[in-house]
Amino acid sequence: MLLTVFALFAGVALVSAIVVVLHRNPVVSTMSLVVTLVATAGLFIMLGSPFLAALQILLYTGAILVLFLFVIMLLNVQRERTTTTRMSGMFIGAGICALVFAGALVRLFWSAYADTAVKPLDPEAFSLVSVARDLFATYLLPFEMIGLLLLVAVVAASWVAKKPESADDPDAIEVVKQGEPR
Amino acid sequence: MVFTPSVIAALAMTGLWMFALINVTPIMLWLERRAPAFMQDRLGPNRLGPLGLFQAIADVLKFIFKEDVNPAGADKVLFLLAPTIGFVASLLTYLVIPFGPEVTVAGHTFPLVVIDSDAGMLLFLALSSLGVYGLVLAGYSSNNKWSMMGGIRASAQMVSYELALTIAVVAALIPAGSLNLSRVVEHQIAGNLLGFLPAWNVFTQPLGFLVFLVAAFAETNRTPFDLPEAESELVAGYHTEYGGLRMALFYMGEYQSMAILSALGATLFFGGWSLPGVDAAAAGAWIAGLPLIGAIGPGLGTALFGFSVLIVKTYIALFGFIWVRWTFPRFRYDQLMRLGWKVLLPLALLNFVVVAALAVAGKI
Repeated sequence: MLLTVFALFAGVALVSAIVVVLHRNPVVSTMSLVVTLVATAGLFIMLGSPFLAALQILLYTGAILVLFLFVIMLLNVQRERTTTTRMSGMFIGAGICALVFAGALVRLFWSAYADTAVKPLDPEAFSLVSVARDLFATYLLPFEMIGLLLLVAVVAASWVAKKPESADDPDAIEVVKQGEPR
Repeated sequence: MVFTPSVIAALAMTGLWMFALINVTPIMLWLERRAPAFMQDRLGPNRLGPLGLFQAIADVLKFIFKEDVNPAGADKVLFLLAPTIGFVASLLTYLVIPFGPEVTVAGHTFPLVVIDSDAGMLLFLALSSLGVYGLVLAGYSSNNKWSMMGGIRASAQMVSYELALTIAVVAALIPAGSLNLSRVVEHQIAGNLLGFLPAWNVFTQPLGFLVFLVAAFAETNRTPFDLPEAESELVAGYHTEYGGLRMALFYMGEYQSMAILSALGATLFFGGWSLPGVDAAAAGAWIAGLPLIGAIGPGLGTALFGFSVLIVKTYIALFGFIWVRWTFPRFRYDQLMRLGWKVLLPLALLNFVVVAALAVAGKI
């Protein structure tokens, strides 16, 4: 029973992850990534942590991928055209990446099955209370510093995105004033 | 053994919620014709059945017999998938909303909520945040510039207002100190304010409730925030190209998410399934003693009582949705964004900081 459910979630995650890489339409790729992340959230629930699953869906599919879609639609990204560049360099790069990934997988399985008793995920370690305690007590300073870093990035991005101001119109961004007819 | 008592209880509660949520659409179809008619001193549709109640059935029949059109150049798979995604995402969030205390039925004790989890509110936010995909994909896949504009507006609007909504919700969770909505309701039942008011969060956090209310209107794309389907500029926005039953799926998704957000608002700010001064167990015993309903047992009686109270509170809020729709004009898009980011978000943060400070000081 449990194995069937696991196989279902894992299979869906794998197939949709492959679609993310192979599909030529960026919107379909993004939606496949949504399916991958939701299936992974299902795996988190099977591991006994609905908290992690909720966070995964809330942050990735609920916020980040909606922004992906928003940007793709706003920029009107077209279907990827057939590439005309030479493939040999791409194959070498892809081969190196695949080798590194395979090595990491082998290393992971080696350590997982070295001592035969595989330890399951401790649900307590990923409960709401313990994650909150880690974030806001143990690692408070790094947490706040990451917040500051993100703030700096947001300010920089909005400065870069701002149109250059012309001399005669100091408020060039906000053309429409409140209450004025367009 | 798959069908343990707890699984059967969860299935029964799911059935109850499904029945209530599916029936929201026909009732709202009728209410949304009759209520504004009386607000505008008209009669509204009153020919079909008593009070025009069968109008909803006529509407559904009309939806069924419309032609199912696929526009040329549309992305077929996404076009067919989009209404379903919005509908399912709005149908799932009832899972964490409680409608009663722990009850004992046939010797088994269980809480009256489908998922009794400490991550309850997070699950609600996660599932409801999936609803935006239905709107965005409908806008993208229709191969229509008005649909596209509607989809882009929907995604920007829902992501923006989700922030203010979430912060208002978190502030309402602080007094109970739990993400489990059952604890939130229990906290509001205990004690009272100034000796006569129930200890509902709406009285202790009026600002938070105001932010929640406005953000809920924006999240469900209702007037005055129905920019994604503004008919005077975008024909019908993201569902311009949809007709028949697929159009009906969008309607049902919209009404269900309105009902679910109303139920959440009742749970967070208006005491959920409780009535002030009424003991749920005593009410359950009284219902079980009624002659017509018969011997259903006090546990099921309590469940019936809690669910009825929650549904009544939900429909009061739904009437508020209609009332506002026929009272306020539509916002302009830049006004909508300014309100969300420059007014609602700072207000929500202010409310959150004050509530958190009071909680740390031990005043709550």
